[in-house]
Amino acid sequence: MEQKKTKTRILERKNEVISGLKSFGTKLYDQLDQGVFPTINMPSRSTENINYDPVLRQFILGDKSVSRSARNIRHVKPFTQLAWAAMFSNELTTQRKTSTLRDVYYSAQAYEMTFTDQQESNNIITDLETVTGYSREDFNIFPEERSAVFGDLTIEYTVPGYEGRTMNLTSHPDGVLIGPALTSSEFAGTSADKVIAIEKGGLFTRFIEENVHRKHNALLVMTGGQAPRQTRQFIRRLHDELNLPVYILTDGDPWGMHIAMVIIAGSANAAHLRELNTPDAKWSGVWATDIVNYKLPTDPLDEVDIKRLYELQKDPRYKDDPLWQREIKTFLKIKRKAEQEAFSRYGLTYIVDEYLPTKLEETK
Amino acid sequence: MAQATFEEISASDFFYRNRDIAGFTNPSRAIFAAIRELVENSLDAAESLKIPPDVYVRLSFEGEASKDTQIYTLRVEDNGSGIQPKHIPSAFGQVLFGSKYKLKQMRGTFGLGGKMAVLYGQIMTHKPAYITSSTGAAKIYSFKLMIDIQRNRPIILDRKVLINKEQWRGTIVEFSLEGDYLRAMPKIIEYFKQTALVNPYANLTFVDPKGRLYKFTRATTHMPEPPKETLPHPYGVDVELLQRLIQVTPYKTMPEFLKHHFHRVGDITAQKFLDFSGLSPSKNPKKLSHEEVVKLMQMLKRFKEFLPPDASCLSPLGEELLKAGIVKELKPEYVVVHQRKPATYAGHPFIIELGIAYGGEVPKKGSFVIYRFANKIPLLYDEASDVSFKVINAMNWRRYKASPDMPIAIVVHICSTKVPYKTVGKEFIADRPEVKREVANALREAGRQLQHFLSRREHVDKERKRLSIFSKYLPKIAQFSTTLAGKEKLPDIERLLKSVQKYGAEED
Repeated sequence: MEQKKTKTRILERKNEVISGLKSFGTKLYDQLDQGVFPTINMPSRSTENINYDPVLRQFILGDKSVSRSARNIRHVKPFTQLAWAAMFSNELTTQRKTSTLRDVYYSAQAYEMTFTDQQESNNIITDLETVTGYSREDFNIFPEERSAVFGDLTIEYTVPGYEGRTMNLTSHPDGVLIGPALTSSEFAGTSADKVIAIEKGGLFTRFIEENVHRKHNALLVMTGGQAPRQTRQFIRRLHDELNLPVYILTDGDPWGMHIAMVIIAGSANAAHLRELNTPDAKWSGVWATDIVNYKLPTDPLDEVDIKRLYELQKDPRYKDDPLWQREIKTFLKIKRKAEQEAFSRYGLTYIVDEYLPTKLEETK
Repeated sequence: MAQATFEEISASDFFYRNRDIAGFTNPSRAIFAAIRELVENSLDAAESLKIPPDVYVRLSFEGEASKDTQIYTLRVEDNGSGIQPKHIPSAFGQVLFGSKYKLKQMRGTFGLGGKMAVLYGQIMTHKPAYITSSTGAAKIYSFKLMIDIQRNRPIILDRKVLINKEQWRGTIVEFSLEGDYLRAMPKIIEYFKQTALVNPYANLTFVDPKGRLYKFTRATTHMPEPPKETLPHPYGVDVELLQRLIQVTPYKTMPEFLKHHFHRVGDITAQKFLDFSGLSPSKNPKKLSHEEVVKLMQMLKRFKEFLPPDASCLSPLGEELLKAGIVKELKPEYVVVHQRKPATYAGHPFIIELGIAYGGEVPKKGSFVIYRFANKIPLLYDEASDVSFKVINAMNWRRYKASPDMPIAIVVHICSTKVPYKTVGKEFIADRPEVKREVANALREAGRQLQHFLSRREHVDKERKRLSIFSKYLPKIAQFSTTLAGKEKLPDIERLLKSVQKYGAEED
């Protein structure tokens, strides 16, 4: 594998982030030093400024920008919080320490910068992402971890105390947690030729037991419902750096469908960030048409499901794609949904032996 | 009051039977009324000489009277004008009706002064009263006396004459009475406090039966101009007064009678009035029939050309003294006072003085604290029936940025030769339209100034808050950005802080 190239990439990114934060600080410092109130501009994150970019195949922010000035009495507090958040992130990044959003909320209090609530501190972190263009994971601020990966991928740690150590992701049969140590690792080699992302832990475990990784030469990623941002970013890296196609398996309902879509096209909330999505990833199932074709046991769609389907039908990420539109229509027609586990009616291994190969072929 | 009817029985007898009218309703009220009558006498006595009053009041426990009442000795000392020895027995031992040919602003709610108090004391305890007084001359006269109620005469039990070596001047009254001090206490203390407010040039000392000392010290020795005596105004007379004047007048013709017994009536006005009323100028007033007297009164009221009464018979506190009194007793953060020009109702001149106090020790009650005064005496009962209460509550205070949950006290003082009390209890002012209007106008004027103060305060508050926000956060931005940029030296933000202070920052 192209080990050297990926290594540079991780370090490069870290350095970029640090210098990005530093230049933000310098900008504030210089303005203060010149005796002017520091002012910053950033793209507006209001709904009307969030557009879907068909070329990038993700949401992006439009041209509207907002200005924050320390001269404005109503801005000066959030402005200070932003400066603090940048300083705090800089510390985390340079010292290679990790933290959570909850930590951020509490850490501020040491600087008499008490946030009113968690939401306020979360917003400030999102501001910092918008201003710098980096995601909070780049600043070593992570959410709770609940997603995992398994398969023949050797990683090389960069976290303090583990630098240079390698590990193969098949070494633990429960899979390996996708956390800061993993996402900051270099990819040192893989024999896999594809990535299969699975919504649920149960099926992920079944796949490992059934040797799907070996039978299909795949890396298995468990998203744990809606994939966390770092997991989406990790999938993107697997695709970009290792040139692996990505297939996604979810439940056969509007929510599962959307889990796949967010991995592919990103979310509106992350419109200020790039490279969290994998536009080339494929949703392999469970489709509405699969429910029909495989005669799966089903539950009826409830009101919320149907409402969600109508919303998605109009969503720009779904609008111009015949596959998605067809599936939405089918759902609305059959008014039924099915879980991944529904395949068990044909035996526990049916999904691995029959369904999966067919669908991988179909969505290749 | 139709006195003529009652002169058949003795005046003392009349009040003995009707003591409720004079405020001696029950044991707690009686003790309050006795103190206030004597204190007001003392204040008047000092003021008549334009001397800052020193009034010392001591109430001491003598013994139990009944389950709820006790016998107390009340002693009131003043530094007032003193009383001529020959007048002392009748001044305290005989209930008199003053012949009201002349008018001026006076305190006494009933014009009975201490007599009623002494009378009440005697009725309840059968003990004599001790009066000591000197006008500052060579001798001090001391009397021990009782009232012969049926005959309305003083009975002198003892009389002493002392050499006045120290040229003492003043009056000391001491007598026993039955009452309920514990229940009366809050009102009595409140009475002293408010009296001190409206008489800021007086020293008031009160020692209660438990030996507790309440001292109200004067804030100034400056005193208001004493009122001048004046004749009754034609609009304010009634048949009774006319008949009394006719009885005593030495004048033989109507123009002379009008000129000499009425306020602001001269030759020309008298002539014009007689033309208007159709009464013969040559008529001897003593010869007027009862019907003619009634007609005269009606005509006096109807004639439009009498000049309004002047206010020289009034003795308002004035804005400066009112302010001093409010500052002294209420200790507010801010005070505004306003005195209205003299006005009249039904021929009686009156002046409204008003003050609004904000903050400091003024309590927050959820409603405005109202202090009402009439002729420099506090009115402590029936607040909700008073015209001021109604006017204050009808005002749109939001226009003045004020609200009842603020610590605001309103002081209303009405001075008049005849205070328009609504009932015989004389505890609240009737809502006569003229009085109402004056109170409202005074409130508006003071309210406008209060509004300026409150706006300024609000502005200053906001400004302070704004500044504190900048001075809290700007140094932090400096600190954080210095660390972040990897610099050593903090940027100088003094200039920025100053600019916020000087010009204010833009706000949108």
